[in-house]
Amino acid sequence: MAALLHLRLNSSLLPSSSSHPSLRRRPCRRPVAPSTRISAKIREIFMPALSSTMTEGKIVSWVKSEGDRLAKGESVVVVESDKADMDVETFYDGYLAAIMVEEGGVAPVGSAIALLAESEDEIPLAKSQASSSSSAVAASPPPADAPASTTSVQTLAPSPPEPSPVAASSSTHPASDGGRIVATPYAKKLAKDLKVDLAGVAGTGPMGRIVAKDVEAAAAAAVASVPSVPSKAVVGSVSAKAPTPLAIELGTVVSFTTMQGAVSKNMVESLSVPTFRVGYTITTNALDDLYKKIKSKGVTMTALLAKATAIALTKHPVVNSSCRDGKSFTYNSSINIAVAVAIDGGLITPVLQDADKVDIYSLSRKWKELVDKARAKQLQPHEYSTGTFTLSNLGMFGVDRFDAILPPGTGAIMAVGASQPTVVAAKDGRIGLKSQMQVNVTADHRVIYGADLAAFLQTLAKIIEEPSDLTL
Amino acid sequence: MPASVSLSLSLPLSPTARSDPSVAASPFGAFRRSGLRFCGLRREVLSLRSLNSEASGRISPYPARGLSNKVLAAAKSNGSPTKGFDYDLVIIGAGVGGHGAALHAVEKGLKTAIIEGDIVGGTCVNRGCVPSKALLAVSGRMRELQDEHHLKALGLQVASPGYDRQSVADHANNLASKIRSNLTNSMKALGVDILTGVGTIVGTQRVKYGKVGFPDTEVTARNIIIATGSVPFVPNGIEVDGKTVFTSDHALKLEWVPDWIAIVGSGYIGLEFSDVYTALGSEVTFVEALDQLMPGFDPEIAKLAQRILINPRKIDHHTGVFAKKITPAKDRKPVLIELIDAKTKEPKDTLEVDAALIATGRAPFTKGLGLENINVTTVRGFVPVDEHMQVMDADGNLVPHIYCIGDANGKLMLAHAASAQGISVVEQISGNNNVLNHLSIPAACFTHPEISMVGLTEPQAREKSEKDGFEIRVAKTSFKANTKALAENEGEGLAKLIYRPDTGEILGVHILGLHAADLIHEASNAIALGTRIQDIRFAVHAHPTLSEVLDELFKSAKVNVGTSPSVSEPVAV
Repeated sequence: MAALLHLRLNSSLLPSSSSHPSLRRRPCRRPVAPSTRISAKIREIFMPALSSTMTEGKIVSWVKSEGDRLAKGESVVVVESDKADMDVETFYDGYLAAIMVEEGGVAPVGSAIALLAESEDEIPLAKSQASSSSSAVAASPPPADAPASTTSVQTLAPSPPEPSPVAASSSTHPASDGGRIVATPYAKKLAKDLKVDLAGVAGTGPMGRIVAKDVEAAAAAAVASVPSVPSKAVVGSVSAKAPTPLAIELGTVVSFTTMQGAVSKNMVESLSVPTFRVGYTITTNALDDLYKKIKSKGVTMTALLAKATAIALTKHPVVNSSCRDGKSFTYNSSINIAVAVAIDGGLITPVLQDADKVDIYSLSRKWKELVDKARAKQLQPHEYSTGTFTLSNLGMFGVDRFDAILPPGTGAIMAVGASQPTVVAAKDGRIGLKSQMQVNVTADHRVIYGADLAAFLQTLAKIIEEPSDLTL
Repeated sequence: MPASVSLSLSLPLSPTARSDPSVAASPFGAFRRSGLRFCGLRREVLSLRSLNSEASGRISPYPARGLSNKVLAAAKSNGSPTKGFDYDLVIIGAGVGGHGAALHAVEKGLKTAIIEGDIVGGTCVNRGCVPSKALLAVSGRMRELQDEHHLKALGLQVASPGYDRQSVADHANNLASKIRSNLTNSMKALGVDILTGVGTIVGTQRVKYGKVGFPDTEVTARNIIIATGSVPFVPNGIEVDGKTVFTSDHALKLEWVPDWIAIVGSGYIGLEFSDVYTALGSEVTFVEALDQLMPGFDPEIAKLAQRILINPRKIDHHTGVFAKKITPAKDRKPVLIELIDAKTKEPKDTLEVDAALIATGRAPFTKGLGLENINVTTVRGFVPVDEHMQVMDADGNLVPHIYCIGDANGKLMLAHAASAQGISVVEQISGNNNVLNHLSIPAACFTHPEISMVGLTEPQAREKSEKDGFEIRVAKTSFKANTKALAENEGEGLAKLIYRPDTGEILGVHILGLHAADLIHEASNAIALGTRIQDIRFAVHAHPTLSEVLDELFKSAKVNVGTSPSVSEPVAV
């Protein structure tokens, strides 16, 4: 039975594979990572990396006690990684001088868990070093882990919190102390992985609980604020209302977030649609005047543009149509204006539904609500996926013209540039200063033709240049 | 009958550790064996058996084939009772235990009736293992489809899998109805009288049945089996509203999938539901009274199970705490769970969740049985019985003609154990001395991957070995070395054998891995039949199959005795 023989051989070799989740107590003797930090003849025993995915290890048991003599290659401690329990052995002869992480404690990979003295005489020295270095560790960046000797991750039995600096620096399990934090299991897991302190995270889940995306948002915000820590005294609050540019580590490859993945997918999909573009320059003096008048009532420029577009679309239903199957026009029953919004790490298009029917004030309120929701990543699918026509406005950045990619499933998208004072020659030969903006519509040529867009843009220009209809 | 042979071979055994009835009754205790999970669906087996009995018996001269004829013939076989009695055997409760007993009784030629006040099938079929298997089948597939890494390794591409809750719930409900009608039909086909109503014992050989509180019809029986089963146990302080705070009874209907659910109790029921809920998108918080999760399992298996089934999933846990008070969600407030330290009783924490599933074990359903009429006092609701499942009265004397099987006696709260006990009782009253070996009864938890076990855990075996003075050893094999498991890309898992090297006796086998629940029977059969390691290691397993995990396990054991002559003898072919 060659097969059987092979299998049996295989299994007897198994424990040596490091990724094997065997539960055997001593399947794999891993030497301690050779210590380089040598002070006198006291060596540190580090938490070894027992698997490629291991970030921290739990001390299952110390095979040796303080003061025991160790011979090179002897097992010292049993460590539990994310995959298995393994014996860790020493590379050097010596004495186990001080245990820095007790049984049940957790330590990050690479941190010291014990000290090894070369001779018995050095044990006291090592001990004092252990106590000083452990307090040093407590103050250093990864706070929750190093002093974790007493506070294990699993909130074990009633272990009294240590009175010393530990209590101050490690915020441990929020559940166990007075300031109650309600976070879902996955949010807690993420917070631990991303090293986010839940105390500083605002919950947006039901009843204000902290859910996974809050932690992700906080982590992203924290990354952004990290570089400023040493120099600036005030670090931006974690809630991060405004999109902050993320600190990007150069030379790394960062996977897409779900949202970025969706954008990527949509962009590639758009290549299957035959699009063309038509541009137009619109004078905005009247619109600007109107905006100044009703701005105080909470009306935003975005809402005005959406409203103008929607009214123009009522007269050109074909521009509000789309081509679903390559064979037919789908004339949408309502005019839903999607407006592209940049949020940290992505892009989303909240939708102003029935923008032609809703009055400008309600539309503005609705817009504000949608933007807030978008920033909190709380938009419901119907609030970002039901657009029939999309607006993309980069005018606020001073962009004078650009060209947008058509989102799949819709017929047209309009790119709006900045309104700028421009010297204009009038037909009568006079030269004047007017505010003008350029718009550029990208459309699906299977359903929308050049003449359609031209007519639509003419209507739009007329509405914007005589905007009294917008406030009706 | 092979079944009875194997049963009678087995050793008498004290209902220690595994079947301790206190377990299920203790609030938030270890919920080792709940009848809920384990259904020995005996339909196929039993229909075959009934045909066999006819062949060997007096009615049909033909071997099993034409079904309708058989059914008629079989119906006649539930023959005439002993003189002076309406029935030879009356069984109270038509769950899996009562059903198993009824079919075996007919086979033994006893005129049998079964009394059911609710619906045929009991907990297992209607509110337990059967519908939960339907949900777990869904969760297993969802899990596979959601595991991008795993799919990618297999070269599969699946775009955003989803599910329709109502259809999933319907699947579970339809399965239960189907199994229920199968069960009913199998009894009707054999001519078992199904008496509708709640049964009450009025004397040692007299039972009344009818609507609750109005048992108006009385029947006499030579023997009576109590098989009334159990209901979910809800500790004091927990308010069950069936919507946001509920037991497995409600959860199996899958009326909604909460975003965040607390599961009180990390035994089989809790663990299986955590598998279902996390696969369907919920986050889960376990509340466990003991210091570690999965207290009923072999510690090594529990530890690995935590690595595979808990840690990588959206689950957290609180151990060593009681849920002192649970208030259902109302007035836009969440479900509130007040936790106290299990030892010091001091307030520990308060959880605010969307729902709470109470999986703290099961309590016997023995009220209203009329036990006082025969001077029987229950122990925490359980009916005391001897090793023959014969009921004992308040003075410790055996009550003649009355037996109790299944969850109601609390020896081992598993559906298939109830059925085995029922068969054992029928053997006993048919004049064949029979004691069921509970240590040969396997148990399984249908998570992904599954967990199964039979016999002793390692600590139990160590305790026994120290007491009785023998050596034990442990052998282990990994699913990672198994070709079939690797082909499925499901190499996570462990099989563990605890044995006596001096005799080759198998004391316990524990498996965590792909299809563990189906793999355990090679070991449980070996224990039931007394097969020793030195013999079973020569049995051949098809390659490549998951069963080779056990093959390797037996082969890796080091036994100090030689093969039995019967195995090494050449067989002419």
